[in-house]
Amino acid sequence: MQNSGIRVLFEGSNFERLLGGLLVTIEIAFISIIIGVVLGTIMGLLRTLNSRPLKAILRLYLEAFRIIPILVWLYVVHFGFSPLLGIDIDGEVTAILVFSLWGAAEIGDIVRGGLESLPRHQLESGKALGLGTRQLYRYILIPQAVRRMLPGAINLATRMVKTTSLVVLIGVIEVVKIGQQIIELGVIKAPTASFWVYGFIFILYFLVCYPLSRLSKRAERRWQN
Amino acid sequence: MRKGLKLLTTIVLTSLLVVGLAACGNGNEDKNSGSTGSSKFASIEQLKKNGKIRIGVFADKPPFGYVDSEGKNQGFDVYIAKRFAKDLLGDESKAEFVLVDAASRVAYLESNKVDIIMANFTVTDERKEKVDFADPYMKLSFGIVSPDSAPITAIDQLKEKGKKLIVAKGTTAESYFTKEYPDVELLKFDQYTEIFAALKDGRGAAIANDNTELIAWAKSNPGFTVSIPEFGGQDTIAPAVAKGNKELLNWINNELGTLGKEKFIHEAYNETLKEVYGEGFTDQLVVEGGKVE
Repeated sequence: MQNSGIRVLFEGSNFERLLGGLLVTIEIAFISIIIGVVLGTIMGLLRTLNSRPLKAILRLYLEAFRIIPILVWLYVVHFGFSPLLGIDIDGEVTAILVFSLWGAAEIGDIVRGGLESLPRHQLESGKALGLGTRQLYRYILIPQAVRRMLPGAINLATRMVKTTSLVVLIGVIEVVKIGQQIIELGVIKAPTASFWVYGFIFILYFLVCYPLSRLSKRAERRWQN
Repeated sequence: MRKGLKLLTTIVLTSLLVVGLAACGNGNEDKNSGSTGSSKFASIEQLKKNGKIRIGVFADKPPFGYVDSEGKNQGFDVYIAKRFAKDLLGDESKAEFVLVDAASRVAYLESNKVDIIMANFTVTDERKEKVDFADPYMKLSFGIVSPDSAPITAIDQLKEKGKKLIVAKGTTAESYFTKEYPDVELLKFDQYTEIFAALKDGRGAAIANDNTELIAWAKSNPGFTVSIPEFGGQDTIAPAVAKGNKELLNWINNELGTLGKEKFIHEAYNETLKEVYGEGFTDQLVVEGGKVE
């Protein structure tokens, strides 16, 4: 019985299909994280400026992504916006779009938090040295803030990797969905398959997320001084 | 105080945004149901020019629509869908299968992301308001399974004292018996696995449920037979197209008529469903030529 369950993993091209699904997961998560970090950094910087309307808009943007579930965003963009605009956007593109915007919102807040948490004397000392605003950010604030942002950012990245399992709702077939297909196919012949398939998916997610947290640990240690 | 005000502003603005989004969604829906023009959907001419037709099928509901271990779409619905593609575009490989979820089937049609849905789509009045159903190719009704040692061949047998009928909570079978046969004693469970276990333990005389479920179960459980394969209301399963897509709808109906002459749906049953349901249930499940007898 146990054997038949694990055998399902290697039947036909199941193994390759699961890895293929993982690739889709990685693609969506990582492209979105990169775009999110770039946009989010800009947003975070803008939010530390003293412009009230700008602050309000960006705050609203952040809250929109915090309050409305990602599932709803995916649904609205995929089935709502794309026909409204008369263009047929591929499910994967929709997913990357929504995840990038979500990443940008959250990273923006992390960047803002990182910058604002810096002791005020850092900024004042910089000014006293005669640094301009740009230099102040480039040499004093950002390097210090990045270290403080790292745990939050890595946390977000692993969360994004895991949230990709929602994209199946808009027709993108990623690793969890392929796992479900395999399980359902063998539901009579191999009833223990679900244990092995989900166990395997667990390992796959671990292999993606663990290096991220190792990386952040190392970076934090290196930037300690 | 200022903080509270800010929070309030945020909440108000965010909810405005949400309402705005919802309004977008609604506006879109109205437009869909209102338009009958052909500009919105690909005409058959266009489908031929593109050389593909997008058909929404299930990926994880064997034996109706699933993906095999080679990653290929298979199943009863898929078998028929492939034939549609072959007869419309000349080659079954021109069917582009979009893997849909039960909950998003209507949305796929409304947003024009598929041309046809063939994902075991049961015809209901509620759905008819949003999509157009073609003629059916399959039907479902209730069935009763009972042990071979004490078969229940008529519902009246269940009215005897001490005989309990097992049903799953929240199913249509439960509401049917509550309404039509209030004097039949029901034994209710939450899960499908529980109702089958209860019958095996002898806690009830029979199970009433959708006949497809019962036929498949009885086949893999010797000693139990579907003693009443068909009774009560009947549901049909049909291909669906976007609201107002008359051209494709008419084509499908004609196609089903033609296929009925060669008993193609029976062939699809033999190729895909026989393994699960066994022989002898084609009359209860298959609809040939789009006409329910």
